[in-house]
Amino acid sequence: MHPRRVVVTGAGVVSPVGCSKETAWAAVRDGRSGIRTITAFDTSGFDVHIAGEVRDFDPLDHLSKREMSRLDRFVQFAVVAADQAITESGLDLEAEDRRRIGAFIGTGIGGLHEIEAQHARLLQSGPHRTSPLMIPKLMTNAAAGQVTMRKGLMGPSMSVSSACASASHAIGEALKCIRYGTADVMVCGGAEAAVTPMGLSGVQQSKALSTRNDDPPAASRPFDLNRDGFVMAEGAAILIIECLEHARQRGAEILVELAGYGASSDAYHVTLPDPEGRGAALAMAHALEDAGLGPQDVDYINAHGTSTPAGDDVEAKAICAVFGDHAHKLAVSSSKSVFGHLLGASGALESAVCVWAMLDDVCPPTINLDDPDPECCGLNFVPHQAQQRRLNAVLCNSFGFGGHNVSLALRKFAG
Amino acid sequence: MAGDTRETVVNLVAERMGVEPDQITDDTHFVNDLQSDSLDMAELVIDLEEQFDLSISDEEAQQIETVGQAIKYIEEKQAK
Repeated sequence: MHPRRVVVTGAGVVSPVGCSKETAWAAVRDGRSGIRTITAFDTSGFDVHIAGEVRDFDPLDHLSKREMSRLDRFVQFAVVAADQAITESGLDLEAEDRRRIGAFIGTGIGGLHEIEAQHARLLQSGPHRTSPLMIPKLMTNAAAGQVTMRKGLMGPSMSVSSACASASHAIGEALKCIRYGTADVMVCGGAEAAVTPMGLSGVQQSKALSTRNDDPPAASRPFDLNRDGFVMAEGAAILIIECLEHARQRGAEILVELAGYGASSDAYHVTLPDPEGRGAALAMAHALEDAGLGPQDVDYINAHGTSTPAGDDVEAKAICAVFGDHAHKLAVSSSKSVFGHLLGASGALESAVCVWAMLDDVCPPTINLDDPDPECCGLNFVPHQAQQRRLNAVLCNSFGFGGHNVSLALRKFAG
Repeated sequence: MAGDTRETVVNLVAERMGVEPDQITDDTHFVNDLQSDSLDMAELVIDLEEQFDLSISDEEAQQIETVGQAIKYIEEKQAK
C-alpha cells in the first residue's frame, strides 16, 4: 500500500443532467437521458442535431458580469463545479496552508466558444479588433489557472489535454502529486464546452457521432447492436482529493478512497482503438496493480462506452482479457448512455458517478441497451435499470483520441 | 452630440466593467475606482474604436485614466 493514501472528500458537477449532485445522480441512477435537440445554435445544414447541452446553468448565478465576460464557457463550468466540490468537502480554505493545495483540470479542446467568436472578428474586422482577452480565455489551462486565482491555491496547477482521457489523466496525476508529497489536497477533474458550430462540425466530419436525430434520448446506446456513434455533451466535474491524514486531521467526511491510476497508450491509430484492446487492458491492469486489487475484487466498471461501433466491443474484449471469468460476474455500465460524451470532462463526471454509486451501493444502468451486441462478450451491462450491489471496488475507464487510455480505481473507504 | 458621446462612453464602460451607468462620473478612475487591469483597458479601447470608428494609439490610450478624459478625448477627435 502507498505510504500516503488518498481519499475523495467532495465532488461538484455541471452536467446535461443537472448542476448538483442530487439532480445528476438521480438522473444517472434512474436512467433519465439528458440528450436533446441542440438549442445553442442553428444546426440546419449539419448531419447531427442532438447533444447533451447544459441547460439549467446561468453563469450570472455564480459570477459577476465582469468575471463572466473574462471566462470561456468551459472555464465557467469548471469554476462553478470547483466551488461546489470545495463546499461539499468542507475545506476551510482560510484555515488551510494553501501552498499545499493545487489544481489539475483537464480539457480536450479548451475555449472553443472564444476561438470561434474571435476568429469571426478577425475575418470581419481585421487583426486590431480581436479581444485582448482571447488567449487568456481560450487557453486549455484557463480553468486550472482561474480556480487557483479565485481560491488562492498556491500548490501545483496545470491543464491536462489528452482528448477524452483528459479529466481522468488530471485526476490520476493529481493522485500522484499527493502521494509524492507535493500537495496535501488537489482540486482535479475536467471541463468541456465544445458543443459549438466548429466543434459539432469537426466531430461530425470524423464520422464519430450518432445521427439518431429523431429520437435524441435513444441516440447514445453503448454496447447495443444498433449504436451509430457517440453524442457530444458539455459540462464539468471536479473532485477534491486529499491525503488521508489531512482528511482525518480536519475531520472531513471521507466519501471513497482513490486507490489506483493506470495509464497507457495504444500506439495504434489517432481515432480508432487497437482492435484487440491491448492499450485499454494495460491501463486497467495498471490501475488494479497500483491499487493493490486483484481482478476478482472489482465489483463494477464504469466503462468508457461511448456508443461508437468501433469502440464498445473493443472495451468489452479488453475487460474480458483483464478479468477472465470474473468479467461475467462484475457489472459494467456506461453512463454516457444517459448524459452523452463530455469529451475532456467525461472521466471526471464518470468518476463522480462512481463515487455516488459506491456510496449508495448501486450500479447505474446503461440505458437504450435493447439488443446487446454479441461482439460485446455478453457481459452484465446493467441494461435499462440500476442494480443494487455492494460496491467495494470499482474502475472508471476513459480512452481518448490519440490512443490515450486511463483507468482509475476507487475503493470503499473502510478506515 | 456631446451628450450622446458621454452617454455612449458611460454605457460602454458600465457594460465592460460590470457596473451600473449611474455609478460612473467624469471623475471615475479606471484603475482606482473600477479596478480595471491592462486587459480591461485594452478591451475598452477596442470598444471605443469600434463605437466611434476611430483609431486610438497605445500612447494616447495610456493618457486616459478617467472616464471624463475618455469622453474629452473622443469629443476632440470627432471635432477634427
